[in-house]
Parts: sequence; structure tokens; C-alpha cells
Amino acid sequence: MAMAESREAAEATLVPILALAGALVVFGGFVALRGVDPLALYELMYRGAFGSWFSWQNTLVRAAPLLLTALCTALPAQLGMVVIGGEGAFVIGGLAAAAVALPLRGVPALELQLVMAAAGIVAGGLWIGAVGALRHYRGVNETIASLLMVYIAIAILNHMVEGPLKDPASLNKPSTPPIGAANMIGNMPGTEIHWGLVFGIVACCLAYVLMQHTVFGFSARVIGGNVRAARIVGLPIGRIVLATCFLAGAAPGLAGMIEVAAVQGQANANINAGYGLTGILVSFLARHNPLVIIPVAVLLGGISASGGLLQRRLGLPDATSLVLQGFIFVALLASEALYGRMPLLPRLQRT
Amino acid sequence: MADPALGWWGVPLALVGGAIRSSTPFLFVSLGECITEKGGRINLGLEGTLVMGAMSGYAVSFLSGSPWLGVLAAGIVGSLFGILHALICALPRVNDIAVGIALMLFGIGLAFFLGKPFIQPSAPNLPSIDLAWWSAVPQLHAALKVNVLFLVGLLLAPAILWGLRNTRWGLVLRMVGDSADAARAMGYSVNGVRLWATSLGGFLGGIGGSFLSLYYPGSWNERLSSGQGITAVALVIFARWDPMLCFYAALLFGAAGAIGPALQVVGVTSGYYLFNAAPYVLTLLIMIITCSPKRALVGAPGELSVIK
Repeated sequence: MAMAESREAAEATLVPILALAGALVVFGGFVALRGVDPLALYELMYRGAFGSWFSWQNTLVRAAPLLLTALCTALPAQLGMVVIGGEGAFVIGGLAAAAVALPLRGVPALELQLVMAAAGIVAGGLWIGAVGALRHYRGVNETIASLLMVYIAIAILNHMVEGPLKDPASLNKPSTPPIGAANMIGNMPGTEIHWGLVFGIVACCLAYVLMQHTVFGFSARVIGGNVRAARIVGLPIGRIVLATCFLAGAAPGLAGMIEVAAVQGQANANINAGYGLTGILVSFLARHNPLVIIPVAVLLGGISASGGLLQRRLGLPDATSLVLQGFIFVALLASEALYGRMPLLPRLQRT
Repeated sequence: MADPALGWWGVPLALVGGAIRSSTPFLFVSLGECITEKGGRINLGLEGTLVMGAMSGYAVSFLSGSPWLGVLAAGIVGSLFGILHALICALPRVNDIAVGIALMLFGIGLAFFLGKPFIQPSAPNLPSIDLAWWSAVPQLHAALKVNVLFLVGLLLAPAILWGLRNTRWGLVLRMVGDSADAARAMGYSVNGVRLWATSLGGFLGGIGGSFLSLYYPGSWNERLSSGQGITAVALVIFARWDPMLCFYAALLFGAAGAIGPALQVVGVTSGYYLFNAAPYVLTLLIMIITCSPKRALVGAPGELSVIK
């Protein structure tokens, strides 16, 4: 048994790394077709992502929202659900946070931030919670429903910033009124990194403990493993599905609030920047393990942080990091076939 | 287009026009997805295929000067994406929904990457046929300007329905979709049939994308497709895997998408963005009404993972 377990653990680490390496090789060939030297590209990417304290800070700032949006896919995945609507909860969370800040002028900054965070969490939670409810009570496919709700969320954002919540002073880029510089979430002392990174890491750790070390998490994983067994032992499937989906939406909802309160200062089309979509890849790459999400989010944050440098130095389009993400995602899924077939690992013992 | 003399009558007319104009991408993607799903696999990657088709169709039309070559190129690119999906799904332990999500992101990223040089220049667009030659009302002309691809789709839907019901190919495809074991027992290659079905589905999805860039809205930019692909995938479920119902559903969705612009013409501008979300809300509502946790849908291929 110990052999089998160590083999599984080795595979779970090796296969994604192999997939990543394979994607990097293929992507290198792809940019070589454009006349770009792949080695120079990767050297530049490393420098742009992890080469200096400046680039590390840029990477970590971009990783912060990914930590939370990845949870939107990772938590329902424990139940066997494929939810890809983190972008929608992110947008709705950010919009709700900006909206509740409006009537609260003059409230102390910390209290305002708490109310905004609560608004983002509740709005995002209800957004994905609705997806869970549709799945549980109506049998609506959660993958399609959550993606459709991304477009509905973006439409609501556009409607609100162009209409009811529009700041008359925002002419070129319709936005909600700014929450005010004094109310912004600040940076960690001595850095350019806002506190959102800490919230993200704490959320991932909490999600790990919840899923691995509590009765709730155990029940969720039983449902994900075998719904009929869960039903037979009398688990409250509906409640667990709804609660998990609420938490799955609360995380990107909080990320949306942080984007408004720490980066943009107001809600506008900028908050629909694709963090939710990249979060899907982060979750899959981490095999939906909340702790593994932390290093993977840093890696993907690094890829997107280096995008600017690639654009300036090599003249590559800004979609370059999107293409690399696509290559990684495709390679990763194809690598699923390698499980149980890796050579050079201890053979599985038949018992 | 706004003629105050027509007043509110302009709204239903604009909806008819919108149904004809913007239903075509829905129609092609849903017909393609219908074929793919009949084989027992779902390809969520058609959203990415749509964007890739829009980009490659526009690029080839610009470079060659022929929009029809663009349509063909979009179809070929789409079928390459379909083949990629089918090949990865044929590997053991690989989930078709996850591969679809990956190809959706990959297709969108690749289209933005390769399409950067084609955002500015204008490529020759597809021709249209004016079915309102008998009238002098300009709104009627605007509404009844029918593009050729729409007519192709109009013929394609019954042809696919007939093919699925009456040909050997259709029967084999439906068997693979309903019971892979039965197909294997009959000596058919399940993965081989699904490869054909997914690449044909991708071909149609790519053509649907080329319509976006070559007819309406008629140019390539990065905000071109916003969920038409995924809406069309959901539409197939609503249409119960029946190509003719796909056609009617596509008309309905096209009309829903035209509500916002139509109301804007008569002066209702508040809620423009909310009305633009009408196709997505409609899709969601239809899914809520038609799905049930207790039974599989009528007509659903037995091997399909989304409805299990």
C-alpha cells in the first residue's frame, strides 16, 4: 500500500510538471515560427516574472486575485462539479463593493472596507450559489450556467456604470464614483503589494483545512466520489452543494472587492480583466488542491507579469501570455492519460 | 435606420431583421454542436472555435480579397480545432468538458495573438440578398436583407435532420452517441466516428465565426464574440438535439439579441446593456424550465456527459 501511495504522490507532482515542460517546448516552437528566439523569450519571461524584487512584486500583485478566483473552480470540484464562472462572481463582487461604498461617505476606512468586503463576499456567494441551486434543484448543467452568468454579470456591470451608478465626472471610461484615496486598502509595509495577497493565501489555507480536515469537507468529497453512496448514508447533499457553491463564489467576490478597494478605487470595465478565466487554469493545474493553488497562482501571475516586457522587447502581442496559458491547459489535460503509466516509478502492487 | 413615421412598429420589424441577421452564428454553431453531441461528446471549445473562425476568416478574406475563401478557411481552422478536441478526448481518463474549456481559452488567446495585425484593415464582406425589392419602406429593406450564409444554414438544418434519420452515417453516429458499447460490438470505432463528428462540428462552428467578422458586425476585433458559442451549445440542449428545432431556437436567440438595438432606435435607451444580455438570460431561463434533476431529457444521446 505504501508503494502505491508514494507512486500516486510522485505522479501527482511529476505529471503536471511534465505537462508544463511539454507546453513550454511547444510554445517555444510556436514563437520560433514568428522569428523569436525561444531561449531569449524564456530568459526574458523569467526576468519579467521573478528576476528582481520589482518583478516579484508585480508577479505577487497579479497572483493575489488568482488565488481567490481559482477557489471558485477548486471548491465545487471536490463535489465533482465543473464551475467556470469565477469571472462573473468577481465582477459582481467588485460592483457590489463599489455600490455599498456610495452611501457610506465619512465612515471610518476600516469599517467601510469591512462592509465592502461583506458585500463582495455575499454578492459573489449568491451568484455562484445560484449556480449550485440550479444544479441541485433543476439539474441545470453547472458549467454552461456559470459561464452564461459571466456574460450576464458583465452586462449588469455595464448597465450600472453607464446608468444608475455612473460618476458624472467619469467621461471617457464610465465608472462608479471613487471610494476615496483614504479608504483604499493599502500596501504591505515596505512593498508595493496590497494586502489582498494575504487574504488570498489565508483563504486557500482555510479552504484546504475545510476540505481535508472537517466533517463538512469529508462529506463534500464523498458526494464528489459517489453521489449514490452519499445519499445512502444520508448526507444532506443539497445543503453541502449550496454551501460549497456559496463559498466558491464568495472567494472571487472578495477578489472583486479587493480589485476595487486596492487597485482600481472604483468599479468600471477594468475589473473585467480575465482573472476569473485564468483562475480556472490555476485550479486545474493545481489539481483542485487549495494549497497547491498558492504556488501555481504565483507561477501564472509571473507569466502575466512578464507580458509587458515581452511586448516591449520582442514586439509580441499582449495576448502572448493567453496563448501560453492555452498551451499549458491543453497539455495538462492531455497529460491526464499519463496517470498510472509513468515509466521509472515503482510499479503498482496488485493486492 | 430610424424613421419616426414608423414609430413603435419599427420594433417588431427590427426584431425580425435581428432574428435573420444575428441568428446565423447561433445557427451554425448549434448545428455543428448538434452533430458533435449526437456522437456522445460535448465540445465547449466551440466558443474558442468561433473566435478563431472569425479571425481566420477575416484574415484570409483580407489577404485573398475573397470573402468566400475566408469562410472556407474559417471552416478548416474550426475543423482542426475539432480534431484537436477529439484526439485529446480519445486519450484515456480525459474529460471532454475540461478539454472544451481548455480549447475555449486556447482558441480565444490564439485568435487575439494572430489577429492583432488584422484589427485595423478592412476586408471584403459577404454579399447579401435584398428580399424587400417590392417595397419602398427603408426599414423593411434593412430587416429583409438576407445574407447568403443564413440561406445556407436554412438548407443545412433539414439536410442534417434527414441525414441523421435516413443515412447509414447518421445511424452509426447516433448509435455511437447512444451506446458506445453497442457500436463497438458492431465493429465501429467509437473514437473514429467521434473524430469525424467533432471535426464536422468544428467546421460549422468556424463558419459561424466567419459570419461575425465578414457580415455582421462585419469586422474583426477582440470584443467580437461574447458568449455566442457557449449560448449555442446550451441552445442544442434546449432544441433536444433536433437540427430543425436548432434553427427555430437560433431565430429566437437572434431576435432576443436584437431587442436592445431595436428599442434604442425608437428612443428607449435606458437598460440598453441589460437588453443586450437577453440571449443569455433567455438561455438560462430555458435551461431552468426544460431541465429536471429526475429524468434525462427526451432525445438526449445516452453517452452525453452533460445530461448524466
